[in-house]
Amino acid sequence: MAESVLTIRNLNVRFRTGDGILHAVKGIDLDVAAGETVAIVGESGSGKSQTMMSVMGLLATNGWADGSVKYRGEELIGLSPDKLNDYRGSKLTMIFQEPMTSLDPLYRIGDQIALPLTTHGRMSKAKARARAIELLELVRIPEPTRRIDSYPHEMSGGQRQRVMIAMALANNPDVLIADEPTTALDVTVQAQILELLADLQKRLGMSIVFITHDLGIVRRFADRTYVMKRGEVVESGVTNEIFTAPKHAYTRMLIDAEPTGRKEPVAAGSPMVIEARDMKVTFGLKKGFFGKAGHVLHAVDGVSLSVRAGETVGVVGESGSGKSTLGRAILRLLPAGGLVRFEDRDLMPLDRAGMRPLRRHLQLVFQDPFGSLSPRMTAGEIVTEGLLVHEPRITRKERDRRAAQAFEEVSLDPAWRNRFPHEFSGGQRQRIAIARAMILHPKLVVLDEPTSALDRSVQKEIVELLRELQNAHGLAYVFISHDLAVVRALSDEIMVMKSGKVVERGTAEAIFEKPKQTYTQDLIAAAFLRGLEDVKTAAPLAS
Amino acid sequence: MLSFIIRRFLSAIPTLLIIVTISFFLIRLAPGGPFDLERPLEAKVMENLNRIYQLDKPLIQQYWLYLTSVMRGDFGPSFFLRDFSVAELFARGLPVSMTLGALALSFAILIGGTLGSIAAMRQNSGVDYLVTGLGALGLTIPNFVVAPVFQIVFGLTLAWLPVGGWANGSVRNLILPVTVLALPQIAVISRMTRAAMIENLRSNHIRTLRSLGLPLHVIVSHALRGAALPVVSYLGPAAAALLTGSVVVETIFGLPGIGRYFVEGALNRDYTLVMGTVVVIAVFVLLFNLVVDILYALIDPRIRYD
Repeated sequence: MAESVLTIRNLNVRFRTGDGILHAVKGIDLDVAAGETVAIVGESGSGKSQTMMSVMGLLATNGWADGSVKYRGEELIGLSPDKLNDYRGSKLTMIFQEPMTSLDPLYRIGDQIALPLTTHGRMSKAKARARAIELLELVRIPEPTRRIDSYPHEMSGGQRQRVMIAMALANNPDVLIADEPTTALDVTVQAQILELLADLQKRLGMSIVFITHDLGIVRRFADRTYVMKRGEVVESGVTNEIFTAPKHAYTRMLIDAEPTGRKEPVAAGSPMVIEARDMKVTFGLKKGFFGKAGHVLHAVDGVSLSVRAGETVGVVGESGSGKSTLGRAILRLLPAGGLVRFEDRDLMPLDRAGMRPLRRHLQLVFQDPFGSLSPRMTAGEIVTEGLLVHEPRITRKERDRRAAQAFEEVSLDPAWRNRFPHEFSGGQRQRIAIARAMILHPKLVVLDEPTSALDRSVQKEIVELLRELQNAHGLAYVFISHDLAVVRALSDEIMVMKSGKVVERGTAEAIFEKPKQTYTQDLIAAAFLRGLEDVKTAAPLAS
Repeated sequence: MLSFIIRRFLSAIPTLLIIVTISFFLIRLAPGGPFDLERPLEAKVMENLNRIYQLDKPLIQQYWLYLTSVMRGDFGPSFFLRDFSVAELFARGLPVSMTLGALALSFAILIGGTLGSIAAMRQNSGVDYLVTGLGALGLTIPNFVVAPVFQIVFGLTLAWLPVGGWANGSVRNLILPVTVLALPQIAVISRMTRAAMIENLRSNHIRTLRSLGLPLHVIVSHALRGAALPVVSYLGPAAAALLTGSVVVETIFGLPGIGRYFVEGALNRDYTLVMGTVVVIAVFVLLFNLVVDILYALIDPRIRYD
């Protein structure tokens, strides 16, 4: 085994909370050798991030750590922030999950990259600027001499994460801790960032600690893997062995949690539920003061789709491709051009009042299970709110009975219907959101990234639930997602969108097995990290 | 930016016009007039007065006369303080009020900002509780209580400072009124700074700075710039209010500012004086809102007005 740079022994992290003390990390041991990549995997709440936050002295003010964290033999736990600053930013650095907010919006990126250089390296401003340009080049930001004077808001998420990496690498660190660095990014961008990290590691020889929930990344990227669950390491070892012969049931569950199964084809002659033709949505970006014609964004540009009862149409694409806008346009939640027919009715001439009786048939489930439920209503009230509009005459008691029924349908305990949303987990909240749609017995449900904010194992359960509901009620789904694995498991037909247009469409099998367009091919390769197959073997192995 | 400023100045014209119009008719709706005394004047005298001050003309004509003279920069004679024109009154009083207000404001920003930042850095510590406690106190005790107490303690008992008077703006005379004016502002600014700093210190980009091992002063300066935004937006209207004088403070300390003109003018039905005060305050409010918007753009590069 190569020299150990980071040695963690019996590390505990605790938080003082309103409900007493939360033991987030329970006495774990972890080693990182020079030049190796170590992955820490686990689902939300497993303590994987807090472990590394305590190494960096970045725990929230109500948290504290004990045990031992040694960097090349020197104890870090218990050091004052001042002393810790000798290591942070120079020997140990970290990049985070939130590239959009991790840079200071008020300062130019060049000034931000210069900060660790002038502080730790005691460089002059001019030297630091030259080095910052070098670093931007290293992380492959085009035109670094010009971009160095950009503000963060002038860059995309992927570019901001590159800037973060540049800052982290400024002083040639020994260990780079990457906390879900690509989770918030599109798959093609994710692939580029991962490739960049692998390449930088090869050239600079630092160790990488990769915190992630994505087993696909772990498999291709990490030499060794630690699997964490509820604050404990349940399994650790060489990545290949863990994947081929997982010893712990939890590891097996994580590996199996990739959504599986394929959609059964719809029976021939199944009635058409929704038919949209030549949908167009435009947004005016900023108007001039004297009514000058502003820039017009074609968010959805001539897209058609039709869904039959029991059928699922998957809409995939990266952020900004117009897929969510399309979903809202079909439901006539935004002004759009084109034609929408629901069963045999033309929806376009209907106004708000005209649409209202039809709304119960056309439901929507959102991505964010935290933001889409009112925190001031009980789960039962949230679920039955639609009934107040569509079946105003039923009694309170009947509404309550229907709520209980809807809860059972989505496998939630009906006794929980008097609880508030914050008392539920993310997956349970998404079940409430689905129950809210189902209670009205809809014919079409637009599912806008319903699984994207959830852990893989929870995702799998939601996918199963959606499948059961579709089979039981013959629902038509429009399934919008950037997660190709989930889309593949659920869809009959898939549309690939880019810049408001459909790039390619076809059956799920055709799209995944024989994609015709290069964009689709790139998307699929990126999603399944196919381009990265050689990364791990090329990286220096520790053992 | 320049075109934004010009646009804002242009848009101020209709705003001022509306304000002048509404207040012109509102004050005239109030019963009584500028020459109604406890003992009614002789009918002939009243008639003469009304004619001299053009109050015998139809209302709409009076409005037009007033509007045209204001456009020439003439705010007319005061109806009550009959030896002075409104412009003269403001020329004397405004510098007094602005001196007091500007000093109080600077004092409040300095002290309030510092206290708020310290409290935020040491959240839930003794210092924090002291600052938030004092802040609550500063907000809840009205200045008409604080001012006389200060006069008794510092002016009479300890006899360190004069109890009132302007004395051509001598420093000793300024200390008490400026402090009384500043106290509630210190309270508000320290609370706002504290809240904004706490939010900023928790933000992801500050976490990035900490992860890079940067010293405390770098972290504080970054957090302060972010925290300045909400405070600046409060300071705009606050500055307008402070610089146009305080009735209570100017009355208690016997200072010749313009704060009392609004109240006295209204009570005496001194139409031109009230109108003058309204215009002055409106101009200050518009001006400081513009200043706030410009500061915003300077602090935050994401804000662009063009």
